Order: sequence, then structure tokens, then C-alpha cells
Amino acid sequence: MEKPRIVEVRQGILKKNDQLAGGLRARFKSAGVCVIDLVSSPGAGKTAFLEETLRRLKELGFRVAALVGDLATENDARRLERSGVPVRQIETHGICHLEAEMIERNLEGWNLEELDFLFIENVGNLVCPSSYDLGEDARAVLHAVTEGEDKPLKYPTIFNSSDIAVVTKIDLAEVCEFDRAACCENIHAVRPNIPILETSAKKGIGFEDWFEYLKDLKNGAAARSNSGR
Amino acid sequence: MHELSIACSIVETVEEVLPDENSTVKTVFLKIGAMSGVVRDALLFSFEVAAQDTRAAGAVLEIEEIPVVVHCDPCGKDTELGNPPIFRCAFCGQSTAKILQGKEMEIVSIEIEDGKAANS
Ligand SMILES: Nc1nc2c(ncn2[C@@H]2O[C@H](COP(=O)(O)OP(=O)(O)O)[C@@H](O)[C@H]2O)c(=O)[nH]1
Ligand SMILES: [Mg+2]
Ligand SMILES: [Zn+2]
Repeated sequence: MEKPRIVEVRQGILKKNDQLAGGLRARFKSAGVCVIDLVSSPGAGKTAFLEETLRRLKELGFRVAALVGDLATENDARRLERSGVPVRQIETHGICHLEAEMIERNLEGWNLEELDFLFIENVGNLVCPSSYDLGEDARAVLHAVTEGEDKPLKYPTIFNSSDIAVVTKIDLAEVCEFDRAACCENIHAVRPNIPILETSAKKGIGFEDWFEYLKDLKNGAAARSNSGR
Repeated sequence: MHELSIACSIVETVEEVLPDENSTVKTVFLKIGAMSGVVRDALLFSFEVAAQDTRAAGAVLEIEEIPVVVHCDPCGKDTELGNPPIFRCAFCGQSTAKILQGKEMEIVSIEIEDGKAANS
């Protein structure tokens, strides 16, 4: 038998996903659709936030759609369908994150050119989704006031790979004794300069700022995808 | 736990790189950044599972962990970050988002043992 030998590989482990995501990004760009990936821990309020976002953007005359990868009950799908825009549930088969290939597969039959915004609700998980580029223009990380202030320090990678942070359930801030300043400080410690919004899907608070951000993103004014993702 | 998907990607790449049916992998050398989102122990465990019944079975994962280093534009210096990583220059205290390293997720090389049949 020959001696063992070393063969250079020098290849990103997620090269295939990155290539697919690159292809998706080019497709989204040429279709003129702005794509936003929502990530958070389970229950932080992605579906509620998305429901309010879809409903109000539609009222404002925007053409919107959503792909939902979060573990959903029948109830979730119904909630989102109520907004009257195209919504598709992605079968994740228990996987803890979405991959570019799942996005590509689930876009079949949709005319992207007829959309202004496409939202992707990722699986509720603060670790796994951070490594997978989906071809999105921006990743929004949601953080509920009920989660306390330390989550950004415990899960720095997902906050660092995000382009905007949305503090959700702000209507509960007082009862939770939520420390706003500490939360913002922690978010900025792991991701300097990221914009932070405060919203309540229940009370419809803070969505004007979110829509401003989205419009800027679409016009190319807001900082696009974080480097290194 | 996305380490299983990551381990599967590693096995897939390794099998593509192997020159022929008879060669096997002894070692896979990886670079994993502290902010790659990959947990070392979970990856080691997952790789064992993913490599079963493949030509990477029994291979050792040799992981070089890369700390996060940021660059500070105003003072031009680099700072290695700890855990949790606080994105601030250790010299002037300015906050900085400029990452030089620490997000790596790379297969650097593999150590191959050629099979007898490959020996022509
Ligand atoms: N008080 C309050 N509750 C909320 C808000 N947004 C979501 N919730 C509740 O939080 C729970 C989880 O919300 P959901 O949108 O399903 O979270 P997801 O798992 O991130 O999609 C549900 O019981 C929601 O009613 C909010 O703005 N205020
Ligand atoms: Mg949900
Ligand atoms: Zn400095």
C-alpha cells in the first residue's frame, strides 16, 4: 500500500448552498423582488409579525408573498392566509433551518416579477439558520421582550449575521420589566450599527418604521446583506 | 442541530475528491471559525454518523478553530475577540464591525490512503 498523502481541497463546506443562494439572489434581483428572511427563537412572534406585515403592505398597495418554514400548526397557515396574499408552507421534515434548495423548490410556479416583497419565515431557532444563505436581501432577527436582554450575547452569530433587529411584543415591555437600553447595548455589542426597531404585532405598533426600512431596502438605500454571509 | 447537514456536506465533498473507488480517507482537515455557528463536539459526533458506510468512514476530523479578529479603521489595529464576542477595539475602545476572520467553514485538505488497485 502507498503512503498516505495529503490532497488540498480548500473549499467552503456549504459551497453548494452558497452557489444555489447566489443563483437565487441573481434571480430575485432581475425579477425586482426584495427578499427578507425572518429568524428568531421559537415563539418570538415571527408569524404574528409576518401576518401584520403582509396585511398592511397589501393595503398599502404592495404585492407581497411569503414562504413559511417555521413549524406550523394548521392554525398558523390559516392566520397567514387571512392576509389574502400568496403563502406557501415549506415542508422541512424536521430540519432545524431552511436551505437555499428548499427556497428554490418552493418558488416553482410563482412569477417573481409580479412581487415587490417576498418574506421567508425561517425555522424558529437562533443557531442553525445563521449558516445558510437563502439569497435574501436582508435578514431580520426578531427578539421578544419576554426573552430578556441577554439573548444577543448567548447567540452572537445569528445577531451578527442579521441586517436589522426587531424587538417584538413591545406591548409587554412593562410587565416583563424589559430593559430597553441593556437589550440595545447587547445587540450592538455583537453587531455594531445594526438598526433596531420596536414593534407589537398585537397592537400594530412600530410597523411604519419597519415599512420605511423595507422601502429603503428595496430602493437600495438601506445596507444590503451583511458581509461574510 | 444543523451539524448533521454540515457533516453530510463534508462527506459528500470528500467522496468527490477521492481519486478512485479503492482509496479511503484517513483525516479531514477543517477550519472552523468561532462565529461560524458550528459546534465542534456536535460536528465530531455527527461526522461519525454521516461517514458510516461511506469511503470517509472512520476518518478523523482535525479541526482548526479560528478565533474572531476584527479590524479598527481609526487606529489601524486588530483585536481578537473572546466569548461572547464584543465587537470593540481593544486599543481605542471604538466599536467595529469589520471581521477579518472567524466565520470560516472550510475543508482545507484531506489525507488519503490509496488502495492497492490504484497502484498501477
Ligand atoms: N402580547 C403579544 N403577544 C404576541 C405578539 N406577537 C406574537 N405574540 C404571541 O406570541 C406567541 C407566539 O407567536 P408566533 O407569531 O406564533 O411566534 P413564532 O413561533 O415566532 O412564529 C403567540 O401566542 C402570539 O399570540 C405581540 O406583539 N404581543
Ligand atoms: Mg411561526
Ligand atoms: Zn481602535
